[in-house]
Amino acid sequence: MDDTQRQEYWRRNVRLMAVLLTIWAVVSFGAGILFVEPLNNVVIAGFPLGFWFAQQGSIIVFVVLIAVYVWRMDRLDAEFGIDEYEEEVHHS
Amino acid sequence: MSDIQTWTLVFAVLTFSVYIYIAYASRVSDTSGFYVAGGGIPAPANGAAIAADWMSAASFISMAGIIALSTNGYGGSVYLMGWTGGYVLLALLLAPYLRKFGKYTIPDFVGDRYSESARMVAVVCAIVISFVYVAGQMAGVGLVFQRFLGVDTTTGVIIGMAIVFFYAVLGGMKGITWTQVTQYTVLIIAYLIPAVAISTQVTNIPLPQIGFGQILAELDALQVELGFAQYTEAFTGTNMLNMVLITASLMFGTAGLPHVIVRFYTAKSVRAARYSALWALFFIALLYTTAPSVAAFSKLNIIQDVDGQTVSSLPQWFDTWSEVGLITQADGSSFEGVAGDTVLSYGDVAINNDILVLAAPEIAGLPAPIVGLVAAGALAAALSTASGLLLVISSSVANDLYFKKINKQATEARQLMVGRIAMAAAILVAGYLGINPPGFVAQVVALAFGLAAASFFPVLVLGIFWKNCTAAGATAGMLSGLVVTSAYMLWTIDIYGNSDGVFGILETGFGAIGMLINFAVTIIVSQFTTKPSPVMQELVEEIRYPGKTALVAKHAEGELPEH
Repeated sequence: MDDTQRQEYWRRNVRLMAVLLTIWAVVSFGAGILFVEPLNNVVIAGFPLGFWFAQQGSIIVFVVLIAVYVWRMDRLDAEFGIDEYEEEVHHS
Repeated sequence: MSDIQTWTLVFAVLTFSVYIYIAYASRVSDTSGFYVAGGGIPAPANGAAIAADWMSAASFISMAGIIALSTNGYGGSVYLMGWTGGYVLLALLLAPYLRKFGKYTIPDFVGDRYSESARMVAVVCAIVISFVYVAGQMAGVGLVFQRFLGVDTTTGVIIGMAIVFFYAVLGGMKGITWTQVTQYTVLIIAYLIPAVAISTQVTNIPLPQIGFGQILAELDALQVELGFAQYTEAFTGTNMLNMVLITASLMFGTAGLPHVIVRFYTAKSVRAARYSALWALFFIALLYTTAPSVAAFSKLNIIQDVDGQTVSSLPQWFDTWSEVGLITQADGSSFEGVAGDTVLSYGDVAINNDILVLAAPEIAGLPAPIVGLVAAGALAAALSTASGLLLVISSSVANDLYFKKINKQATEARQLMVGRIAMAAAILVAGYLGINPPGFVAQVVALAFGLAAASFFPVLVLGIFWKNCTAAGATAGMLSGLVVTSAYMLWTIDIYGNSDGVFGILETGFGAIGMLINFAVTIIVSQFTTKPSPVMQELVEEIRYPGKTALVAKHAEGELPEH
């Protein structure tokens, strides 16, 4: 990769991180804590929604966020021709 | 010997034999194998090992009880979100880059990226955090042996120490990792089987994550009837500010814990480090989404079993656990001598958090083998976390202190020997702390997260993402975060200062504030101190890109000038 490509790779990496971390915060601190009371007025399958986000939904979303990250980063790496993963150097 | 004891013994012997066999099969002979399993663990296995490493006696034994009993439902969400949300931070902000950097420990990264004095601060933090933690694990092993096999705590801890000694000293990280993969399997099966059984029994829905929605309305109504706040109602115990701060402290602390971060060095590559984080959180989520349902089901069962009953008509589990003092009257006194025809209400009974998971199969009337399996699962959870922590202590002493500071010429064999001796010594200290737990351990474990958040997290993130973050900035930041946070904790914690603190912020939530202070100090001091060398800035640039790069290779070979 030359310098322009590196900048492009990093810019897209940071943008992906920003989007995913925003969702991370909205779901846990937002739906699970700050807006839990209004959300609790909605009940789905027995769960008050805010309570569900705090005890189930946020955890499920966290797993999905990392899955999306891994998937998008794989695609980004492929696009920039990075495939020399295995046998990466290790340690002194 | 009762049925339950026999089955516990069967499962304990069976699982321990497997751990020992694996340890023997994966014994190591070089430092890279000892510290990071040669960096050659496939991602799903590494993920399972991280999950076992992460889920301690506290997650397995105590968490459901804390949610159901001491935080009344919703309040326990801080642990559920806090102890999983940190993995998103790890996966996105730390794991790939630290793996690319390619070292053994957190102090290694801090020392190479910043300075030798920063390395020493990091070594001390890593060792203190790990010892605090490991004492709790050993105590957990003792507890399970005592409750289920009737042996005394000391013998229980010594048996646990012997097992960990065998596979950790012999196999190092390689032995520990493969044992942890097995331990994860044992603990998740042990956790899920009773949960599925209870959910099916109560609601006919085998998936506990869905099933417990069916009983929430009933549980809420029952609690109101008994004069308590609803189970699902928000902010009944902890206010909104503290919910946010505690959740944040646990999340950022998770992302700064040395025994978790080191696991990403065991991955094969940057890509494998990302996948390890995904597998790890997936495996953790299996237990963490089940725990709140175990909590709700058990609480409902307990209220229905106890409330309105006379003392003589209480179920068997009640007697079993009140005999060992984990169920008492509300004022803490024993039920012994209480007249048999006394009618109890739920509010008259105090139930220890720790028994909820251990007693859940008994409470639901499940057969003895399942109770034995749960005991084996609790042992797996405690032992796997203990071994991971011991490895951090051992590698901090052998790699960061002995090799980097005392004897830079040490041969591979010599380093390995020092690592093994450090491990053995750490096991002895941990065992001692497990047998004679200092009164404050339980509280300090919860605080370790705050300390990790306030010390490591900012320095790691800035070290990776900000090329101009300086050594002086990082050292000042780490120290100020650590000092302010510990001071606040000492000031507010019950057994010391017992103050209300500022704005009613709880000591467990202050780590998030300490972290902000650390960020601010590091950034400000970095503006006025010598910038990192151009080589270091280039190195920080290169860890952003996966795949081989020449500079990182040179660094890993130790061919770069220091700082």
